[in-house]
Amino acid sequence: MKFLAYLVSGISLGSIYAIIALGYTMVYGIAKMLNFAHGDVIMVGGYISFLAATNLGLPVLLSVLVAMVFCTVLGIVIEGLAYRPLRSAPSLAVLITAIGVSYFLQNAALLIFGANPKAYTPVVSGTLKLFDGQLSISYVSIVTVICCIVIMLALTAFTGKTRMGKAMRACSEDKGAAQLMGINVNRTISLTFAIGSALAAVAGALLCSFSPTLMPTTGSMPGIKAFTAAVFGGIGSIPGAFIGGILLGVIEALGRAYISTQLSNSIVFAVLIIILLVRPAGLLGKRTQEKV
Amino acid sequence: MNMKRYLKDARSDLLTYAGVIIAFIIISTLKSHGALNRSQSGLLVPICCYIVMAVSLNLTVGILGDLSLGHAGFMSVGAFSGVVTAMSLMNVIPSAPARLALAMLVGAVCAAIVGFLVGIPVLRLNGDYLAIVTLAFGEIIKELITCLIVGVDSEGLHVIFNVNGSKTANDLTLLDGGRIIIKGAQGATGTKTIATFSAGFVLIMITLVIVQNLIRSRHGRAIMAVRDNRIAADSVGIPVTKYKMMAFVTSASLAGAAGALFGLNYSNLAAAKFDFNTSILVLVFVVLGGLGNIWGSIIATVILYILPEALRGFANYRMLIYAIVLIVVMLTTNNPVLKNYIASLRSKFSKDSEKEASAS
Repeated sequence: MKFLAYLVSGISLGSIYAIIALGYTMVYGIAKMLNFAHGDVIMVGGYISFLAATNLGLPVLLSVLVAMVFCTVLGIVIEGLAYRPLRSAPSLAVLITAIGVSYFLQNAALLIFGANPKAYTPVVSGTLKLFDGQLSISYVSIVTVICCIVIMLALTAFTGKTRMGKAMRACSEDKGAAQLMGINVNRTISLTFAIGSALAAVAGALLCSFSPTLMPTTGSMPGIKAFTAAVFGGIGSIPGAFIGGILLGVIEALGRAYISTQLSNSIVFAVLIIILLVRPAGLLGKRTQEKV
Repeated sequence: MNMKRYLKDARSDLLTYAGVIIAFIIISTLKSHGALNRSQSGLLVPICCYIVMAVSLNLTVGILGDLSLGHAGFMSVGAFSGVVTAMSLMNVIPSAPARLALAMLVGAVCAAIVGFLVGIPVLRLNGDYLAIVTLAFGEIIKELITCLIVGVDSEGLHVIFNVNGSKTANDLTLLDGGRIIIKGAQGATGTKTIATFSAGFVLIMITLVIVQNLIRSRHGRAIMAVRDNRIAADSVGIPVTKYKMMAFVTSASLAGAAGALFGLNYSNLAAAKFDFNTSILVLVFVVLGGLGNIWGSIIATVILYILPEALRGFANYRMLIYAIVLIVVMLTTNNPVLKNYIASLRSKFSKDSEKEASAS
């Protein structure tokens, strides 16, 4: 029974990682850049939904929606101001810019909201008791898992079936050819950032419901782990990010419970290293042949 | 390699040495005349450490061309092995400079061993996958060191690996007169600070000699060939893995020596200091200084390390300003319009000087 409880908490934690990783993997797939600021967009999403719920007194769902709109705009602005001018620059320059944006968001949040952690009110409260109360599952976990599955399915359908989704896949394959076919590459990349950032806002609200402290640095570690999850599943692949996220969450929860609390991050990273040695492109990634 | 190019390289190397020596002489004169206040002279040793970190990371990122996000991990290995060495040999070697030198040597060797072990899996990967694995190793090293409890007494070293957080320093069962050196998550406590600015200067000079001679040697050219085109280098018979490992291990061991100096500069030092953010900090120094440009790394480190301190007057805004400076510098240096303008200016200048040369 204890094992089941750990497994459930692992799956719900993993679902949060998966939602972040979905945003990460889409942005990476199309822009070919490590967006280090993604984790901080999660933090911004958390703060906005917190403010909307406590200061404006909006209902929970509406406050998350406000955060999504805010983060979408933020994502488009970041992409337009900081990343678009560097489209043809070396990838390290873009990486450093992303780090700059990440520092900027963290310190702006520190100035505006202060360093003291805020107590976040979970999106849903209460727990579901099963097996005569031996196994309790919080409603937050259930909502998280459902959200994650819905988002994953919606994104798969979007990229597979719609015109914009096809444009996205075309851009990630070959930007030059996509442009020749009449696809507006800049607009497509903006759209990808918008979707990724909206997902980050959802993830922010769920993450803060899961562990209800909100600080300017809340987003950075989950951001790194979600990127690990995306690499784990094969970067650029939507089902890969989902599987990677869930697996990462489960490994972290079980490792923390059975092996060591202090080494829980190390266990996650060690598994990542082993996976990458066996399958260098991740679990579901496509192995590209090197051309000479 | 033609003679002209060789002379040019040799001249720029010599200029780098000269620049560092002149800076050292000026700063130590200022220091001995009491022109530096306490907080300013407190920055000297960390700056030396970060210069060595930046130059050594430049070897991995700029010369070898592999993005490493875990450089602070090697610094951490060097710092704690150096602290353990210096503290446990306090009675055996009474001379502080000798102990410091030995600590840096041990730090370098330990970091080189870890670098070799990490390099075996890491160097099989490429690009962003390699970057994320170095990040992972950096975090693993940090957490492993957080679990260490080390003490010393007349019987020798006592080490406990505190996996589930249940043990404390009392479990070391030290004899009377024993000292606790590393206390788990608190890190090294009560370290006798023996790091000096002169030692930092010597370390920088050694680093420069090693790195610049490596780059200009046959091995260095092979490493750069691997960076520019791995497949082409492989096909002309360059053992790619060997040269990658050579650059990576050299870089790790220099970071270890810098870490030992850094560790012996503070009486209290937690393993959490050497996290992902420290790796990123050093990477920012390297990229802003120019990839593959050693002198650039040194200048960028000095400026960017002093900048947040200089902005202390702006208190809360300083990191915000730092972030904006970072973004603006990246945007302007990579702006195609500006780049073309600078290039055209440069070619104009060189044409003018050629004309003058031919006229006279």
